[in-house]
Amino acid sequence: MITVKKLVKRFGLKPVLRGLDFHVEAGEFVALLGPNGAGKTTFLRILASLSRPSMGDVRIAGYHLPAQAAALRRRLGVVSHLPLLYGDLTAEENLVFYARMYGLPDINHRVAEVLELVGLAARRRDLVRTFSRGMQQRLAIGRAVLHDPEVMLFDEPHTGLDQDACQMLDTVLREVAARGRTVVMTSHDLARAADLASRFDVLSRGVIAASVKAADIQTNDLLAFYRESIGTGSVPG
Amino acid sequence: MKAERALQASPKASPVGSFLGAVRAIVWKDLAAELRSRELLSSMLVFALLVILIFNFALELDVKARATVTGGVLWVTFAFAGTLGLNRSMATEKDRGCLDGLLLAPVDRSVIYFGKAIGNLVFMFVVEAIVLPIYSILYNVNLFQPGLLLVILLGSVGYVAVGTLLASMAVQTRTRDVLLPILLFPLVIPVLIAAVKASTGILEILPMDQIRPWINLLVVYDIIFTAVAFMLFDYIVEE
Repeated sequence: MITVKKLVKRFGLKPVLRGLDFHVEAGEFVALLGPNGAGKTTFLRILASLSRPSMGDVRIAGYHLPAQAAALRRRLGVVSHLPLLYGDLTAEENLVFYARMYGLPDINHRVAEVLELVGLAARRRDLVRTFSRGMQQRLAIGRAVLHDPEVMLFDEPHTGLDQDACQMLDTVLREVAARGRTVVMTSHDLARAADLASRFDVLSRGVIAASVKAADIQTNDLLAFYRESIGTGSVPG
Repeated sequence: MKAERALQASPKASPVGSFLGAVRAIVWKDLAAELRSRELLSSMLVFALLVILIFNFALELDVKARATVTGGVLWVTFAFAGTLGLNRSMATEKDRGCLDGLLLAPVDRSVIYFGKAIGNLVFMFVVEAIVLPIYSILYNVNLFQPGLLLVILLGSVGYVAVGTLLASMAVQTRTRDVLLPILLFPLVIPVLIAAVKASTGILEILPMDQIRPWINLLVVYDIIFTAVAFMLFDYIVEE
């Protein structure tokens, strides 16, 4: 579903991704781990077609980036640590707006369904700026699943959420994964990643330094695996 | 079960997830948000009214002088108030990451440009519609002349066409409030000069053959810069 070969991204002269290779099968849930500054967000922004690669080949669901980005976006859902929502619109208005941008049919019905999914049906007429961070993040997930995308990208979605909001988010993430969607999620929270993902990749110094399937590692060993991966992450070239 | 059903719903995009539908959605969103917050219009209006008030006290004008300076005062007011609006309009997209939300939509990115530009134009027109009668009363000048309204329309279109493009660029920097006027004013000099000359010509009741070249310049400027913005917007908003 996602194939990335020798991806390089530079900001000016500074390389952030240095020949990264990455492959995800359809239906996999990959947790992308790594220290601050490793390039996780940059990598996810390239996959989301928000940033152009400097070099390398990126294919998602058969579409080549950046050439076929517009067609790919219809099959892509993105949740970042920012909600991407308008504070002066209600929850319902925000979803209606995005549904129109995606050209969805039967918008009112779909929006009602999604508000129910993220547990905000009772607050649908409230302005988003009155929502807590957790509620905003739930609505952000609603926005991302509105068009029923095949591939979902989550950039540290648990950032700033309290325990209850995290659990609610995890429930939605499990629902998303259970539907057979392909998910890539960056995270600093190993325990949470261990609970959700079917594979763990460690991004360090601009490359995937290590990768392991959830079935092949005990949860207790994940921290040791992560530390070892960061320590041995090598820079090609 | 409800959650599962919502995820299973598989909405197919209608063919009219098209250009005009998405442009209309952005304009609707901007107007709906502004109706609630009134941040953008109120700041533009207060600024515009202050400018014409200050000019009113600063300039001791007889009837003939009024017709001469009105074009200049009006366009200084519109240009400065417009800059405030352009900055604010793009800042609301950037601050909560909403610009990324727009860029993730499966539409041509020029949709975002046209949607934002039309929204900005509506805000400009609202400010102008309030400023014009107040100016008419303060300066005792009749501004409700079809020719002058046409010039205001053309000048505003040119100003907003370039301004929306440059605001999209400036908003990605830390110095956006300062950068926008620095980038914008040199580029809109042709539109401002043409608009001032045409407005003054109309108020002084000059012959049409003296006014027409300035109106032609405004039309050409509007067409060229709308086309340039249409072609460049994608490159400006992408990292």
